Amino acid sequence: MQASESRPDPLSGRRRPLSALERELRAVWALVRRNFHLIRRYLGWEIVFLFYNVVNTLTIGLIGLALPAGAARNREVVYLAIGALLWNFLSILFQEVSNSVQWERWEGTIEYSFMAPIHRLTYLLGVCVWAVLYGLVRTMVVLVGVALFFHVSIARADLAGAGLVLLASSVPFIGLGLIAAILPLLSTERGAQATQVIQGVLLLISGVYYPVSVLPGWISWASVLSPATYTLEYVRSTILNGASVRGVLPISGLLLLWGVVLIPVGLALFMWAERHALRVGALKRNG
Amino acid sequence: MATVPDMLGPLNISADTPALRIRGVEKHFREKDPETGRWRPVAAVAGLDLEVPRGEILGILGPNGSGKSTLIRLVATLLLADRGRVEVFGLDVERNRLLVRRLINRVSVEASFFKKLTAAENLAYATGLYGVPNRVAQARAREILERLGLPAKKLSVPLEQLSRGQQQKVAIARALLTSPTLMLLDEPTTGLDPKSRREVQEFVLEVRATHDATIVISTHDMDEADRICDRVAIINAGRFAAIDRSDRLKARWGGSAGTMEQVFFTLIGEHLDEADAEEGGD
Ligand SMILES: Nc1ncnc2c1ncn2[C@@H]1O[C@H](COP(=O)(O)OP(=O)(O)OP(=O)(O)O)[C@@H](O)[C@H]1O
Ligand SMILES: [Mg+2]
Repeated sequence: MQASESRPDPLSGRRRPLSALERELRAVWALVRRNFHLIRRYLGWEIVFLFYNVVNTLTIGLIGLALPAGAARNREVVYLAIGALLWNFLSILFQEVSNSVQWERWEGTIEYSFMAPIHRLTYLLGVCVWAVLYGLVRTMVVLVGVALFFHVSIARADLAGAGLVLLASSVPFIGLGLIAAILPLLSTERGAQATQVIQGVLLLISGVYYPVSVLPGWISWASVLSPATYTLEYVRSTILNGASVRGVLPISGLLLLWGVVLIPVGLALFMWAERHALRVGALKRNG
Repeated sequence: MATVPDMLGPLNISADTPALRIRGVEKHFREKDPETGRWRPVAAVAGLDLEVPRGEILGILGPNGSGKSTLIRLVATLLLADRGRVEVFGLDVERNRLLVRRLINRVSVEASFFKKLTAAENLAYATGLYGVPNRVAQARAREILERLGLPAKKLSVPLEQLSRGQQQKVAIARALLTSPTLMLLDEPTTGLDPKSRREVQEFVLEVRATHDATIVISTHDMDEADRICDRVAIINAGRFAAIDRSDRLKARWGGSAGTMEQVFFTLIGEHLDEADAEEGGD
C-alpha cells in the first residue's frame, strides 16, 4: 500500500491522511458525544433517576442512624453510604456497557454502527470511556447529596487509597460489562433479561450493605468471584480505618490484573458473538 | 459537491477490477415453522453470480422475500455467506472486512436513526465513526440535503419529527458523507412522493457522475429501474432470472407491451392478468 502525498484524505478532506490511530480516536469521541447528546435529549429522565439515586442512598444511610448515637452509629452510616455509592457507580458502569448494544438494537442503528470501518475494540472502548465518565459524574452528585445530608465525620479516611481501589476495580467491571454485552447480540430480549439477573446476583454476593460473612453458606463462597466484593471491602478499610495507599496497593494490582484478563476475554467473546450474529442474521432482519 | 474523494488510489486497485464480484453465493436462514414448531432452513439467496463494473448503476428487481436485502447485506459485511465469495474491488469481504467497510455504505429501507436526536447529531455520530471531522460533515450534509430538497433548518429537528421521506433523505446523506465508492441502496425511494423520488433518482445519477461511485440499488419501482439503471437484475427465490440492459430485457421478455412490468411478471413466472385477477379478487 502506498500512501499518496498530495491527494487530500477522502474522508477528512485534508492533505495529510488520517492515521489509523487518529481515526479510531475520532470514533471513540463520536460515541462519547452521541451518548452525551442522548442524555441531553432525555434530560427529564436523567433528573428523575438522579433524584431517585440520591434519595435511595440517603434512605440506606438513614438505616444506620437508627443506632444509638456514638462512634458505632457514625461508622454504620458511613459503611452503608459507601455501599450505596459504590454500587451506584459500579452498576452504572456495568449497565452502560452491557446496554449499549441493546440500545442500538432498539433504535435500529446497530447495523450502521457495526458496519463502520473501525475495530470492535474501538467501539467498545468508546462505550467504556463514556460509562466511566458518566458513572463518575452521577456518583459525584449523589456523594454531594450524602455529604450535605449526613454530617458524619470521615476524619480518618484515606481518600487517595479509596480512589485507587475504585479506579482499579473499574477495569474488571468493564470486563464483566463486555461479557454481558454479548447477550443482547445473541438474543434481543433474553439478553436484556440475563443482564438484569447478572446484576442482581452481583448485588447479592458482593456485600454491598453487609459483610459477605453474613451470607448463608450455600452462596457465600460465590462472593470471592465478584470484583465488587474487594472494591467494597478495601474502600471501606481506607475510609473507615484509614488504610493507606500502600496498604491497598496489592489488592489494586490484583483487581487491575483481573480486569486485564477479563477485558480481552470479553472482547474475544464479543467478536465471537458478532460473528455468530452475522451468520444467523441476528443483527436485523427487516428490509 | 466540491471534493471528489479517491478512496481507491491509496489501495492500488487497478481500474479494471470490478466494483463487485459475487461467485456462487448462498445464504440460508433458520425459521420456525408456525405449524410444527420445528426449525427449518429458508434459502434466502440460493446461488448468485454477479459482476458489477466500476461506475455502473445496477438495479435489482424482485418480489418480496426474493433475497434483495439479503444480497445487499452480504455485500455490506452485515451477513456471512454460507457458501461462495463476495469481493468488493477485488477485496474479499470476509478477509478484508475493515478495508471493504471503508469503501462501502448502505441505505436501508428503514431510515434507522436515534429518533430523539436531531439529524445533525445523528450525522455527527455516523460520520464520526468513519473519522470524518464534524465541521466537514455538517457543511457537506447541508449541501447534500439542500440538493435533495430538505431545508437546512430540518437538520436541528429530532428525527422522529421528520416525515418518512425526509428521514430517508437524511439516510442518503449519511451514506454519502463517508464517500463510499460502492453505494448499496436498498429501496431508497420506497415511501417517497413522486417529486422526492425524482430528486433522489437525479441525485443517484449525479453521485455516480461526480463521485466515481458504483451503485447497486434495489427497488419495486419498475420505471425507476428503467430510468436510472445501466443494467437490471431480476431476482426470484434467491436466484437471478436475468441480468441485462433494460431495453434488451424489454425486447426479450416484455411481450407485446414491452414494459418492465411485463418483464418482471414473465421472469418471476406469473402472468400479469393472473396478478390483476388476484388483486381484484376480493
Ligand atoms: N435475518 C433473517 N433471519 C431469518 N430469515 C430471514 C432473515 N433475513 C431474511 N430472511 C428471509 O429470507 C428471505 C429473503 O428475505 P429478504 O429480506 O432478502 O427479501 P427482499 O427481497 O429484500 O424482500 P422485500 O422486497 O420484502 O424487501 C425471506 O424469506 C426472509 O423471511
Ligand atoms: Mg428487502
